[in-house]
Formats: sequence, structure tokens, C-alpha cells
Amino acid sequence: MAGIINENSSIEAVGPHIITFLVEDRPGVFAKVTGLIRRRNFNIEKITVGPTHIEKVTRMTFLIKADEATLEQVVKQLNKMVEVLRITELKPKDCVIRELALIKISTSDQQERNEAMQFSNIFRGNILDVSPTSLTVEITGDSEKIDAFLELTKRFGIIEVARTGITALSRGSDPRPRGVDMMKLLDYE
Amino acid sequence: MVMNGSKALAESLLREGVKDLFGITGGAIMNLMHQLFEFEEIRVITARHEQCAAHMAEGYAVASGEVGVCFATSGPGATNLVTGIADAFLDSRPIVAITGQVPTSLVGNDAFQEADIIGATMPMTKANFQFHRVKDIPLLTKMAFKIAKTGRPGPVLLDFPKNIQIGEEHVEFPTDIEISGYNPTLKGHPRQIKRISKVLKQAERPIMIAGGGTISAMANNEVLELAEMLGLPVINTLMGKGIIPETHPLSLGMAGMHGHMCANSVINQADLIFAVGMRWSDRITGKLEYFAQEATIVHVDIDSAEIGKNVGVHYPIVGDAKIVLRQIIEELKKLDVTQPMSWMQKVKQLKERCQCNIPLTDIQPIKPQQVMRLLREHIDSKTILTTGVGRNQMWAAHYLRVYGPRKFVTSGGLGTMGFGFPAAIGAKVAKPDHWVVDVDGDGSFLMTQQELATSVIEDIPVTVIILNDQALGMVRQWQNLFFEERYAVTDLGPKGFEKRVPDFAKLAEAFGANGILVERVSEIGPAIKEAKESDVTTVIDVQIDRSENIYPHMPSGAKLEEIIPCPPWMEAG
Repeated sequence: MAGIINENSSIEAVGPHIITFLVEDRPGVFAKVTGLIRRRNFNIEKITVGPTHIEKVTRMTFLIKADEATLEQVVKQLNKMVEVLRITELKPKDCVIRELALIKISTSDQQERNEAMQFSNIFRGNILDVSPTSLTVEITGDSEKIDAFLELTKRFGIIEVARTGITALSRGSDPRPRGVDMMKLLDYE
Repeated sequence: MVMNGSKALAESLLREGVKDLFGITGGAIMNLMHQLFEFEEIRVITARHEQCAAHMAEGYAVASGEVGVCFATSGPGATNLVTGIADAFLDSRPIVAITGQVPTSLVGNDAFQEADIIGATMPMTKANFQFHRVKDIPLLTKMAFKIAKTGRPGPVLLDFPKNIQIGEEHVEFPTDIEISGYNPTLKGHPRQIKRISKVLKQAERPIMIAGGGTISAMANNEVLELAEMLGLPVINTLMGKGIIPETHPLSLGMAGMHGHMCANSVINQADLIFAVGMRWSDRITGKLEYFAQEATIVHVDIDSAEIGKNVGVHYPIVGDAKIVLRQIIEELKKLDVTQPMSWMQKVKQLKERCQCNIPLTDIQPIKPQQVMRLLREHIDSKTILTTGVGRNQMWAAHYLRVYGPRKFVTSGGLGTMGFGFPAAIGAKVAKPDHWVVDVDGDGSFLMTQQELATSVIEDIPVTVIILNDQALGMVRQWQNLFFEERYAVTDLGPKGFEKRVPDFAKLAEAFGANGILVERVSEIGPAIKEAKESDVTTVIDVQIDRSENIYPHMPSGAKLEEIIPCPPWMEAG
């Protein structure tokens, strides 16, 4: 996602905010979304994209560091895209958030391997691959949990990390989150 | 019905009420043209450059209020359209651009004359679609027109691969469509209408700024009614010019960098700014920290993303300008409204002081303001003005008066030099009974002068008045004021200016148009009269004083008060 992160942005990064939106599954939509974000110099931390249960509808979830005014512009500009069907900001307390990480840890001996496996158990991780000198662990949870695991295991030596970005859904049965619903906000009531 | 893709598109255009197309054919769009050949209802006008075809569609769209349609072949044809598309995007003009494309089997293979026009126009169209199946054509075309003309208008591009133009399939034509991700808010929220009506009633020094959105929505009657009801002085942006007749006592003219002194001064004194259909461009506000500090700001716009983007707003409302203003008028009728007499008096005095007197004495070389004054006498309600970009545009905006919406067509947002002439041709096609005048600069006109061929051959007569200073005048003015008079690369004439390069009158004649060279003040009036009566395009080349700057001038990023006022020779006269 080079080009999206603008290090010199004068906007004080606040947040992070989670925005999630449903888009039409058509060629070029993702390019258009990211193009819009690049053009207006918005900062994106994490992106997750995947299909939904509705045919030809894709969900995108962004984690954005931005002040309120910038966030409002991102949401409004995205909402203007014909391909964007609905957009909402999710407040962390009103939604469930998950991120998945694959972490390849260097383990030089039996003791290190055991220790790493113990940590993995505590974090409810899955061991996906073992070699004489490494261990690949899958950790799922919120971003802080993954950060904590990385912190804990970094003394073994981390060879590689692959993180998915976050995905989130509102709590309860209502598909519209109980957080701020941007569509309502746009009516200025 | 089973038909080929070209016929499906032609049929769709017909159903959208398209009467005129502007463009240039080529290998990847000729099948569509081949089909259109048998559609007598649709006139295809061959431009001489695709950029101009897009500007013609823009001029057509503004003048008529309908969607303008342009087309081009794939590759260079399509990329040449891009400037026009970007221009339409920034000024919210409804156009549909149709581009040919290489066959779908070759898309992505760097085929001959292939350009990724969908990728290129993504950030400057409201939407764009590539046809992948013949049967999708009617629906996508209907969507394109709906998206282009509703909500905040804008350009939509349809990319048409050659094999889809030829391919045959069963197609059906939808009559009414819904687009799930697209639903512009038209009506203002009732509670917000109530609140805003109340603030409008309570304001002591209110003003209205009307932008291009009021013209897109054709809210002219509502703007006038509300202004007269509340005694609201009406200031327009460049794009809002003509929203109420500029001779009306409440019309204060244009705001911003080269706006009228009284308009800018009133903005800074107001306690309430009622902004409708405008986007707070930096050319209007100057330095934001100093802009209208004291005022309460009400902002009406159909595009919610414009609200709060540049200027903090106290009372935002999303909706169509015409509908929202009507709602406010109805609400105000229920309240006991009085006009702020002392404020109105003050505004009236400011306006009177702002009237510049332009003498018609034989000044050599001619002052551009003199041309404007003489042209002004010929403008009536059936005159459409277009402009180039630069000082000519600002002189036209500043000194000319138009009497209604859709009578002033200019490139405001993108500032596209060369816009005026092709836009004039497009406007004339839309309104053949109007006199269309392009006030242009020598630099601007030369960028699109080849359309003289289009205008002569297609019999679309317009008047072009070139304010010829043999320079890129606006940049020259900046060099004069802010760059220690170092005139780097702004001269357009030859060294010493012994020759005219080009001689615009001769250039016009070479195309079979009428050319008039004007060097004395006394020749201006007769030349304009001749052009107005001519049934062939007339180019009037007026040699103006190149040292004459456009005033007022607010330096970029300055406060509204830091405006450099009118030139002294005018007040003296």
C-alpha cells in the first residue's frame, strides 16, 4: 500500500477509527477506493477485504488514524462512490474485532521451542509448522493481543510475520451498528 | 430484441433524448458511428480535437441543462478527452463521454491504441463503466445518464470495447432504474430547515453567497424570492454568475480573488453568511484563518462531502438548492420577517461606491475594460457568454452582466485554458437562437483555435473576442506584482512585437471565418455589431494594453481586506 501512508501529513493522527463498508463486487472497485484515499492524503493503517453472504457484495474494513474532520471527509468521499452501498464507523466497545497473524519464530533448541509453544498455548494459538530451527504460530484476536504475543516472543528471534488487518462486526442482531451510523450523520440531524 | 452493441447504445442514447454528439471517430469507435449514421434524430458533430469535443459537451450541458455527450476512439482519442472530463468534474457539469476500446480479448495486452481509460478517469468521473456484454448496454447507459445529471452533476465515462460494439445479443431497454449505492438527498431535513429559517430571521447583517449549485438546480426564482423577502444582498461565485439578474439592486457581484470590492467587503462585515451550492474554494476565501471570523455560517449543498471540507459550518443542510430554498421560504412565510433596513442601506452605499466608471476616450493601446464596457451594451437575455482562462476570464466575470442562469459558461475549478471557444460552439448547438460570445485571451484561444473548422463547416456561428496582450497575461500579472517584474516565459509575441504571431484575423479567414483586427477604441463597437449580425463565426482580435492588470487582486493566501483595488485611471474618468 505504498503511497497511502503519508509520513509528512500535517494532520495530527488521532484514533484509530474503524470504518467498515459494503461495496459492489466489480472489477476496479478496490482500485477506486484506494485511489480515492491516496488522492486525498488519508492515512490507512490496516485494510481487510472479503466477500459477504450477499452475492456480489464485498465488505471492506479499514483502520484509519485520523482526526474527526479527516475521518468525516474519508467517510463522505467514500459514501459518494456509486459502488459503495453502505458505510459505517464502528466504535470498539460496540463491536467484535479480530485480526489473524502468522508468526515464524526462530527456535534454536528444545528449551526455546517448548517455551514458545507454551506462550502459544496461553494465547490460544495454533502451531502450523515446525522445523528443527523454527516454529510457525497462528494467533487470532484483537490487535493488542497480537502485539503482546510478538513482544513476548521477540527474544527468540522473529523470522517473519504476516498479519491480516482487522475485520469487525457490530454486536447484537442489528446489522447496523449501535455506534455512529454515518448514513444518519449525513442527514445532519 | 436481438441487435448488436452499437445499435443498443445508439438506441439507448435516443431514449435518453440525446440530439447532438461531439467527437472524433477512429478505429475503435467507428462501428458505433456506422450505426449512428442511420439515426437521423442524432446529429454527430466532428470536432478537430477530442479535448474540444468534451468542452463542447460541457458548453452544451450548461446552456441546455441537459447531459452533453462526447465520444472518442480508444487510446489517444480517449486520453485527449481527459482534460475535458476533469474540467467537467471540478465544475460539476453533466456530461457522458463514450470511448472506443480495443476488443476485450486484447484489453491489458498493450494493443494498438489501447489506453486504460477506466483507470485514468477513476478519480475524475462520478462513475465509469466498461461494457462487457451487449445485454448490459441499455442498463449501464441509463445509469450513466442518471448519475451524470442527478445529485451533484458530473461526468460519467462509458468504455466500449470493439467486440461488444459488433457482438449481437438479445437486449431489453429498462424504463426506470434504481441504483442501490446512489441516492442523492434532495429534500432538506425539516428540523434543520426550521433552525436555519430562525437564524435567517434573526440575523442583523445577513448575506447570501450563491454558487454553481444554485445554477445546476435552477434555483434562480428561489434565490431571488428569498433575497427580496429578507433583503439579502446576493453575492455570487464565479460559477454562480447570473443566478439573479446582475442589474438587480440586491446583486453585489462576484466574491473572491478578483471579485468586486463591495462583495468581499460585505462578506467580512456580515454576521450571517448563507452559502448555497458553493464549495469555499481558496479563490473565494483567501486565507481561511481570516475568513469571515465573526459570521455564523449556514451552508446548503447537495454534496455532503462539501460541508465542513474547507470552512467550519454552524448550520449545515444537505439537499438540492431549489428544494431547500423553497422549504426555507415556506417556513419563513410562517414567521414574522422584517428586513434589516440599516444593513441594507449600508450595503447599498457600498455598492454605489463600488461602481467603476470606464471612460471611452481614445486610450492607446486599448484598455480591456473599455472592450467590456462596449460589449456590455450588446448583451441581452438571449446572450450566452463563455470565457477562456486568465485575465480575460476575470475581466469578463467582473465587468460583464448576464441576465439569468446558464448564460455564463466558464472553466472555474480546473481553469482550463482553451475552454471558451469549444464551449461556445457547444452552447450555440444547444441554443441556436442565442448570440454566443467567447471572451478569450490570445493564449487561451490559440490552444483550441482549430475548432474554427468545426464552427465553419458545421455552420455553428459564434463570436470570439480576443483580448490580445501577446502574453500569458495572468501569470504576467503575478510577475508584475509579486515576482519583481521578471517576465519569465510569459511573452507570446515575437521579440520587439513587429509582427503579429499569429495574425488572428487572417487565421480566422484561413478557416473561412470572419476576422476583424481592432486597434482603436472607436473600432470596438462596430466590430461587435458586425460580429453579432454575422451568420459566420467572427473573430475580433483586440490589441489591448498588456500592462493593464485585472483589479481588484487579492494575493494568493491573503486576507480579504488585503485586496489591491481598482486602477486609478478608471476612477479618474
